[in-house]
Amino acid sequence: MTMRRLINLKRVEARRIYLTYGIVILAYIICQTMSSTKFLSSSMRGMLVPICAYMVMAVSLNLVVGISGELSLGHAGFMSVGAFSGVATAILLQKVLPFAPVRLAIAMIVAAIFAAFAGFLIGIPVLRLKGDYLAIVTLAFGEIIKSILNNFYMGVDSGGIHFSMLTDTTRLLKGGRLIIKGPMGISGIQKISTFPAGFILVMIALMIVFNLVNSRSGRAFMAIRDDRIAAESIGLDITKYKMMAFVTSAALAGAAGALFAMNYSTIVANKFDFNTSILILVFVVLGGQGNMLGGIIAAAVLTILPEKLRQFSDYRMLLYAIILIVMMLATNNAEIKNFLTRLNPFKRKEEVE
Amino acid sequence: MAKSKTKYVSIPSTTILPERDASREPVLKCVNLGITLGGIKAVEDFNFTVGRTEIVGLIGPNGAGKTTVFNLLTKVYQPTTGTILLNGRDTHGMNTMQVNRAGIARTFQNIRLFKNLSVVDNVKAAMNNDMRYNMLSAILRLPNYRREEIAAHRRALKLLSIFDMQDMADVRAGSLPYGAQRRLEIVRALATNPSLLLLDEPAAGMNPSETADLMDNIRKVHEMFQIAIILIEHDMSLVMNICEGICVLNFGHVIAKGTPDEIQSNPAVIEAYLGRRKESA
Repeated sequence: MTMRRLINLKRVEARRIYLTYGIVILAYIICQTMSSTKFLSSSMRGMLVPICAYMVMAVSLNLVVGISGELSLGHAGFMSVGAFSGVATAILLQKVLPFAPVRLAIAMIVAAIFAAFAGFLIGIPVLRLKGDYLAIVTLAFGEIIKSILNNFYMGVDSGGIHFSMLTDTTRLLKGGRLIIKGPMGISGIQKISTFPAGFILVMIALMIVFNLVNSRSGRAFMAIRDDRIAAESIGLDITKYKMMAFVTSAALAGAAGALFAMNYSTIVANKFDFNTSILILVFVVLGGQGNMLGGIIAAAVLTILPEKLRQFSDYRMLLYAIILIVMMLATNNAEIKNFLTRLNPFKRKEEVE
Repeated sequence: MAKSKTKYVSIPSTTILPERDASREPVLKCVNLGITLGGIKAVEDFNFTVGRTEIVGLIGPNGAGKTTVFNLLTKVYQPTTGTILLNGRDTHGMNTMQVNRAGIARTFQNIRLFKNLSVVDNVKAAMNNDMRYNMLSAILRLPNYRREEIAAHRRALKLLSIFDMQDMADVRAGSLPYGAQRRLEIVRALATNPSLLLLDEPAAGMNPSETADLMDNIRKVHEMFQIAIILIEHDMSLVMNICEGICVLNFGHVIAKGTPDEIQSNPAVIEAYLGRRKESA
């Protein structure tokens, strides 16, 4: 029967999920052993945490772009909300919780909550829009978040936590500490982010996204993406599910932001600008929309690549751009895909369509 | 547009078939339903009643407003005049989603499946509102997630088996052959537990043997689920064979209502389809 020749989606998807978990665990074990046996250079070791953060960003943006089919250009905004709230939480808890891993975990959870709230607020106006309009408005909100954080002051003293906007009017008591210093961001951060913590966050992000996609919510996301009118006609609440995807994605981005920020001693809002949003989108598009493993690999490769190209000094970004173009062409080339399919004994039978 | 000058008489709202028993209370009642689209009265004075478990055909020449009626019933368009009573409940102010939850499910003239989802997931997506587990149980794979998913999967396969599609459950919906896509749309609509099913040209593009299969399937569905069905169709053999009552639309007006036999000999219907004789013009 002809049906047998069609792709069995269930099998393909189950295999893809296990493959993704497997490769991430394997990569972690390899990197961890290499790092502990001093096989990795110090510059590479310093990049392990940012790579993990970018992987989580790629996975979370994939939920919006690949699964829900909405182009979001302001994802770095949620990352910065997470970074600032997470770091501020970690600093506030420094005396109460001397044990760093717990402090990091709490900071990431608080970061996720703040970013989710920001995602919810932004989602109310943004999710009424469709397609290109939605993309442009998310871009604008990304910039708005950046501007707000650039003008935001927060300090703590014996009287509690003080906020101010535009200028520092917190007037802290003696012994108080100004934590967020407007355009100067946060400095004197304790570097408590570790590679194992990053790995755990990647695994949690993957688990959340995969399990969500394979549930009633995930089916609803994809149904709305494939045909909005049909989705409404079967009684799916479009606004609710779009919001759910957007907020979940923002929360994961917030946690990734906290992880990312606590790998550096200073963090400024300008780090999370439009370029960062586009970079994350490039991970998703290069890895394949809806393909988590692809996004993760793209995140790792495109984070390492600029460092590895440092020896070419002035030509570094030129080479980076050329490699990016070649990769985009190669991954979308039907002949190369066919060639790879022929090499893969599993896929040969199923890719007939 | 010479014909639009014809004076149409509004036909009062009555069930097409005489009341047989108590179960024939109306599932749908439209009173003076009308909509103006871009200055044109696409549907006007549409009075229409469908009894519970009745199969009604909605026919008419192209552009008569048949699909517009479906779009009004499912609130894709908000009617400018008139009311729609669904199971005795006014659907005023409801949107497409709420109308579906109130009991109307439909298929589309141009197939609208979730192409990248598997066949069974298309059906399970339609069962979304029946599933009782939240996002947290899904992420943590709690027992109620498993229980509900297994139950939904079983029910979806059962529904698919009515149309002999259980073997295709894990195939991507977009790669199904045309006839199977049409059948899947009906299964998906049924999965929402409707009391009224709207089929928009289900036999379009089908060959005679496929149409005959479809006819059997519609009868089977009607018998199994005991629901009312409104059918838009150009294939007259299908309509005349299956429908208990027929409503004919032309230029947004109901020009005739009755049993298939009455419709076949109705002069207004013949005129709408074939035109007027020269001498009588």
